[in-house]
Amino acid sequence: MHGSGKDYREKLKKAPSKDHGNGKRWRGALWILPSFLGVLVFYLLPYADVARRSFFGAVDNQFVGLANYQAILGNTAFRLAVKNTVKFTLICVPTLVLLALACAVVLYQSKYGGVIKSAFLMPMALPAVSVALVWRLLFHSQGLFNYWLSHFGMEGRDWMNGQGAFWILVGSYIWKNLGYDIVLWMAGLSGISENIYEAAKVDGAGEWKCFLKITLPNLKPSLYTITVLSFLNSFKVFREAYLVAGDYPHEGIYMMQHLFNNWFRAFSFDKMAAAAVLESGVLLVLILLLQKAWDSGVE
Amino acid sequence: MDIEVLKEWPTKWLRRAHVGKAALWGILAALGLAALYPVFFLISGSFMGKDELGEYLGAVISGSHGYAHFPLLPAYPTLRHYVEVFLDSPGFFVMFWNSVKITFGVLAGQLMVGTMAAWGFAKHEFPWKKGFFLLYLILMLLPFQVLMLSNYLVLDKLSLTDNLWGIILPGIFSTFPVFIMYRFFRELPDSLLESARLDGAREWQLFFYIGLPIGSSGVIAAMVLGFLEYWSLIEQPLTFLKERRLFPLSIFLPDITSVSQSGMAFAASAITFVPALLVFLGGQDYLEQGIMAGAVKE
Repeated sequence: MHGSGKDYREKLKKAPSKDHGNGKRWRGALWILPSFLGVLVFYLLPYADVARRSFFGAVDNQFVGLANYQAILGNTAFRLAVKNTVKFTLICVPTLVLLALACAVVLYQSKYGGVIKSAFLMPMALPAVSVALVWRLLFHSQGLFNYWLSHFGMEGRDWMNGQGAFWILVGSYIWKNLGYDIVLWMAGLSGISENIYEAAKVDGAGEWKCFLKITLPNLKPSLYTITVLSFLNSFKVFREAYLVAGDYPHEGIYMMQHLFNNWFRAFSFDKMAAAAVLESGVLLVLILLLQKAWDSGVE
Repeated sequence: MDIEVLKEWPTKWLRRAHVGKAALWGILAALGLAALYPVFFLISGSFMGKDELGEYLGAVISGSHGYAHFPLLPAYPTLRHYVEVFLDSPGFFVMFWNSVKITFGVLAGQLMVGTMAAWGFAKHEFPWKKGFFLLYLILMLLPFQVLMLSNYLVLDKLSLTDNLWGIILPGIFSTFPVFIMYRFFRELPDSLLESARLDGAREWQLFFYIGLPIGSSGVIAAMVLGFLEYWSLIEQPLTFLKERRLFPLSIFLPDITSVSQSGMAFAASAITFVPALLVFLGGQDYLEQGIMAGAVKE
């Protein structure tokens, strides 16, 4: 990344101050010092404590080895939350990413794309409590959604208290994040040079062929980041789920955050610690794998 | 003239593609309207009188028969519910104020420590910089649930639970804005800084007089994203605040079990939305830049 010219300059800079070279090397770190101290106090040290606690009992503070991990892996609520969260992610993230790609490709070609893009971005600004009010009126068993369905002769149901709740949540997630992902895809599209398309058109390639042979391969690097960001935003869907359905929603939308909240209220810190370490480990592996794929995708 | 146009009209295939495109636009427009519908719904409902709301939403609110239905616009718009919220509910003011304190507290703190850290990562060298940066990146990507217990432990130790500072301080040291601003500072050419250094400028002068003005769009982008995030913060206040007088608007779920209250619920939700809407409308370009900063690889 750094040219040899820069290294040379750095060597020149370092040369006269050999006597206190070590202190000078760290001088740049002063800029991140205030931030890093905060990160240390509020995130890193307490996380280390959590990691320690995951191997100790909650009450007697005795070393219990992996017992907490065994306990959560056998816990039905934990299994339910993991199952729901994984299912939710596997359905939502690919759907969102592909739908946003389709929208972005169409919007990118038009000069009115900006207006529609704004419409898609608007849900980002709507606070979850306001969303919750609308959702409660829309998806009630006698609500507006069922009213619309009744026009098509379809039977209404109590959406938030049944299997439908999961799909409402999927819809909320896509509704909330579509604009975000469209912006990301459009940024990727703007990175593709017009010249390539021109050349392909001269060679007689149709629009569909251009899309498959030029657009898609060139968007590959964007795919990894968009996937990671969409994946992380999927955890925020808890907000709507919680505000509409409370602490104990229909079991179809019982997510990891519900579980953590309920353990927190019960002071099951041992379980929380083990689950936090486990989940962060899984996330870390996923992110690093994606990062690796991302790096190789760029080269 | 018409015949000329018709002659130039290409093959059947293209005409079919044209129809396909129109359909595509139709779908997009429908999706866009669907995205906006909840916003319309909320704003429109907040201007409806008690009787109107009762008529449309009675099925949900007071359990009368049939389904709720809702027109796009109120028949008899009124500001009544806004007046009620502002004059008759002192609790609402307190919550509004708490939201303001949390949001601006976090943003002001990020403005101080976050910009400096971003500058450090973008324009200075120090040992293990890559390692530090990776750490920031990982912290940015972890969801709240993973950090919930550690957050609680430290707040408990500092006796900051049931205290707005317990929400503000961890927010200030969130690593997300550092990352966003880093991407913008990074684009500033090193040669500019080198020549200023040769002219005898000090490092803090480079930051204040070159870095901040040129990277200002990055700073604003981080602030816009931060505002939208902290204005509708749910998990942290829900976990760390027990006293009602400390609750921000973002966790205030108005009661809609009676028609008279539903009017206030609409107005309260609309008022909660307005600051976010203004920030969104005023900062949409920055918002988009901020979103993109998360994705484009250098």
